[in-house]
Amino acid sequence: MGNIIKLKIDGIVVSVVEGTSILNAAKNVNIKIPTLCYHPDLCVAGNCRVCVVEQEGARTLTASCATPVSEGMVINTNTVKVRTARKHIIELLLSEHNSECTKCYKNGNCELQSLAAEYKITNENFIDLVPLHNYTIDNFSPSIIKNNSKCIRCQRCVRTCEQLQSVSALVVAHKGEHMKISTFLEKSLFDVVCTNCGQCIIRCPVGALIEKNYIEEVWNAIYDPNKHVVVQTAPAVRVALGEDLDMRHGEIVTGKMVSALKKIGFDSVLDTDFAADLTIMEEGTELLTRLKKALVENDKTVALPMITSCSPGWIKFIEHEFPQFLSNVSTCKSPQQMFGVLTKTYYAKKRNLDPAQIVSVSIMPCTAKKFEADRPEMRSSGYKDVDYVLTTRELAVMIKQAGLDFRSLPEEKYDSFMGQSTGAAVIFGVSGGVMEAALRTAYEFITGREVPFTNLEIKPVRGMEGVKETSVKIERTLPEWRFLEGVTLNTAIAHGLANAKKVMQNVASGKANYHFIEIMACPGGCIGGGGQPIPTNAEILMKRSEAIYMEDTGMPIRKSHENPEIVQIYNEFIEKPLGQKSHELLHTNYIDRSEK
Amino acid sequence: MTEIKEMVKILAEKHGRERGALMPILQAVVEKQNFLSEEAMTEIARQLDISAAQVYGTASFYSFLDIKPRGKYVIRVCKSIIAEMKGKKEILKTLENSLKIKVGQTTPDRMFSLLETNDIGWSDQEPSLLINETPYTNLTSEKIINIIHEYRSKN
Amino acid sequence: MRSNNFKKTDVIFSDCQHTDGQKYPILESVLKKKPQDIINEIIDSGLKGRGGAGFPTGLKWKFAAAQEQAEKYVICNADEGEPGTFKDREILLKVPGKVFAGMAICGYCINAKKGYIYLRGEYKFMVPELTKFLNEFHTTIQKMGYDFSIQILMGSGAYVCGEETALMESMEGRRGEPRNKPPFPVIEGFNNKPTVINNVETFVNVAMIQRYGVAEFKKLGTHDSRGTKVFSISGDTSKPGVYELELGMKLSDFVDEYGDGDTKAVQVGGASGFCVPRKKFNETIIGFEGVPTGGSMMLFNSSRSMYNVLSNFIHFFAEESCGQCTPCRVGCQQLVQGIKAVKNGAKDEDYLKKLLKLTESMKLTAKCGLGQSVANSFSSIVTNFKEEMIY
Repeated sequence: MGNIIKLKIDGIVVSVVEGTSILNAAKNVNIKIPTLCYHPDLCVAGNCRVCVVEQEGARTLTASCATPVSEGMVINTNTVKVRTARKHIIELLLSEHNSECTKCYKNGNCELQSLAAEYKITNENFIDLVPLHNYTIDNFSPSIIKNNSKCIRCQRCVRTCEQLQSVSALVVAHKGEHMKISTFLEKSLFDVVCTNCGQCIIRCPVGALIEKNYIEEVWNAIYDPNKHVVVQTAPAVRVALGEDLDMRHGEIVTGKMVSALKKIGFDSVLDTDFAADLTIMEEGTELLTRLKKALVENDKTVALPMITSCSPGWIKFIEHEFPQFLSNVSTCKSPQQMFGVLTKTYYAKKRNLDPAQIVSVSIMPCTAKKFEADRPEMRSSGYKDVDYVLTTRELAVMIKQAGLDFRSLPEEKYDSFMGQSTGAAVIFGVSGGVMEAALRTAYEFITGREVPFTNLEIKPVRGMEGVKETSVKIERTLPEWRFLEGVTLNTAIAHGLANAKKVMQNVASGKANYHFIEIMACPGGCIGGGGQPIPTNAEILMKRSEAIYMEDTGMPIRKSHENPEIVQIYNEFIEKPLGQKSHELLHTNYIDRSEK
Repeated sequence: MTEIKEMVKILAEKHGRERGALMPILQAVVEKQNFLSEEAMTEIARQLDISAAQVYGTASFYSFLDIKPRGKYVIRVCKSIIAEMKGKKEILKTLENSLKIKVGQTTPDRMFSLLETNDIGWSDQEPSLLINETPYTNLTSEKIINIIHEYRSKN
Repeated sequence: MRSNNFKKTDVIFSDCQHTDGQKYPILESVLKKKPQDIINEIIDSGLKGRGGAGFPTGLKWKFAAAQEQAEKYVICNADEGEPGTFKDREILLKVPGKVFAGMAICGYCINAKKGYIYLRGEYKFMVPELTKFLNEFHTTIQKMGYDFSIQILMGSGAYVCGEETALMESMEGRRGEPRNKPPFPVIEGFNNKPTVINNVETFVNVAMIQRYGVAEFKKLGTHDSRGTKVFSISGDTSKPGVYELELGMKLSDFVDEYGDGDTKAVQVGGASGFCVPRKKFNETIIGFEGVPTGGSMMLFNSSRSMYNVLSNFIHFFAEESCGQCTPCRVGCQQLVQGIKAVKNGAKDEDYLKKLLKLTESMKLTAKCGLGQSVANSFSSIVTNFKEEMIY
């Protein structure tokens, strides 16, 4: 801990740790300074200048986000100079910004709009620069729309893409009046190394980066009497959706969400968690098979460590950046896609429906899932397995459009079949969850003993550290798993692609010796997905994470293989994990995109 | 390996693969190729382990790191206020007529590109221009026609 | 009558044998002194940075010397991009050895082993010659047993890289975007190491202070503006070129010497400097107590449109702004469009007042000197030549 610094802000004496910014020092005494380029998850840029304050003795105003406090500093946040300058900055930003607010997707959730409202910028002040800029809209990506006419050049997206994701698909290009946020050679996000993770979207203060929404398409399917519309909801949605509907951060709204979906008119409201349990069966078996081949048969061609495949942002990342490790990635489709293909095969058969009639919709915390659903590999049913992917935010919009008072909705249960799930599936929504769920099942498979519930929480895999490593020593195995007796299983968990890159570099250099790696593209895992309510930041992630674990604890069944619907589907349809049917429907392959 | 990739690889070996090597590498590629092609930028990115967009973002910041194809000789006419006062317009017109291109364009034979640029540091001898790195100052229409003629006859 | 503080001097370009060619006698004597003593001499001399901002050179060195990191750097800012400036060109062409010597002295004082010259891309033509002198320099100091080397790095056409932290970003292979300050370069500069960055001319002055002594240096100039200054003189003058003059002169004396008899205004300090109209020539002192300048002096006679001058300047800023901060990026565009609208009658005269207020905010809020100084030429031209701005 550094020294304590004393300074005065608006006449109030403040004591803070050395290195604190003026902005945060002011926050400590409940003085709010407006910001735009500042974001708590990102390094400080200091480029929007809206947070300027007056510092006694300084020639110019000071950017409070970028300036550390110093002893005896005297700061005033509300002076005529500050106010005039701030208004000028807001007016300047508006003059360069396509201010057709009523036609904007972010109308009502825009930081620039709020600031303009706060400062009552009502009259035409400066010359409208928008017609002078050759602004373009990129809507070729199935996940993200980038509208340069809304951009305020705060560079939050650029810092997100570089620091959190180590992708740098978005960068600052050109200079001066022509400076803009761009991609390589101004190509579409669809044609560059973008992973569609949407982390830029949840940090964009305005409407420059938004998800491609499919709200109208889904409404039309619902209104169409000839369509049978099935919806699945991902684990992380239920702990975040409430935030967009006037509820607390991390409030569990599973029952209300199900109720809302039914009221909206979906024919069947099902749970992606069911497919998460299925993933554990398939992926767990795949891991054990790979281990057996490697340890017993001494098969050198077996790719270890095995890496999880649930996160489509991560999949696109490895396809671009580490194609040499594609055979290490589990061949399991993500839960969304497993669910999608089963909807148009197994579910259709069971409900006696023509799959052509079925519209399969998923509610995801994720924008990369939109891209994933569009992949040509994801048509194993003979149809597009998942027709429309909506983000948590889009669902909130639909709930509002349906005129529902979300808070007063009753709690309802998922429909069946494919609506039942376990605590193991719920925790897929948070970093470390897939690993923990897999370990719960694998432990029982290998030892024949039930995981004692008091020790069920495998703690080292939990938490928000970027890279988590655990080693589990396997003892007292069943005869068929004897080859694992005494083996120490090394695992790693990474969330956020910058952390994923570190782990992969260690694997590539031989520094790390893992058997199994869980990787989620988004910081925090799916609870921090690019489709989640805005704002999303580290503090909010903690609350959503707590909610996920609470949901898990409250579930009657907490291990995937005990899900009765899972047992049933293997009996009735898939037969066995990694069997022929499973290969046809539940597994996939990947593409080397390194030349792109 | 293509010629461009080979060239970039040699440059990366010479200047290193740290981010700090980016400017000298970009400058060397422009010197050799007259501009930064998509292939060159992609290969630079690969060699320095940064994204192609980062190479592009950096290059596009600098006026002399052309990201559009340019001719063998890039003419940059100084457009400072002093140059304007001393007859820049006349020089530009002469060049446009003689090269039969407008500012921003390249001759069909890929020999000359004609551009304007901010102060090049010869306000005492305006009008002035750069042809690649060579400055020409105290220009008159006659002088510039001769200079262009000389460059043409070099090839 | 000319006041007696107008004096042509000959310090910077004189006495070349003391640094050029194979010998660097200045360095030999300097290396016998204690670094601390040299720094104190520089502080005592009152030398201020010659790039325009005028920070006391000795103080900068003292801060850097106090840093305890093993790795430190000396950078010579040769990214001379201010419109109307070309004096560093002449210095580097004529007396490069003095620049190297000044950098080596700095390296010795702050304990840095590595120096860089960041040379603007427009001056690439001088690299072969500079490299030749640099090789001689390296051989000479090696013989002295002094461990210091200088490398030339090139800019590529970006005015803002003259801003010291933007320059360092560029050296690190990035876009030349100025950094937040603090931390200042003397604490965290190039590669986040303590760095002294000075203008070309500043390093020459250091070498000359060591050559002639502090007392001789202090005899030149005024209390706030010690020494001589190399001026780049251009525009409506019969003798454009580089001249070394004592600091603290009256602008009227300057105009008497260099004007064409019809001088209407002098732009002091380039596009980022101030425009002084004829009626104020007599009261204007060139120096840190009056109008400071990095050396650019552009003369305009009565045939010139000050609207054109201003328009040229702000177009320049709109293009050369790095674009990262709002006031500079958007402010410059508004100024460009604004004066055009007033000139063609689309906006009335009062709009100029609004633009003047805007430039005040730009001065207060822009991230770096570029954006902050746009107000200088804008307000001085608009206020003094308002009648030329309106429809």
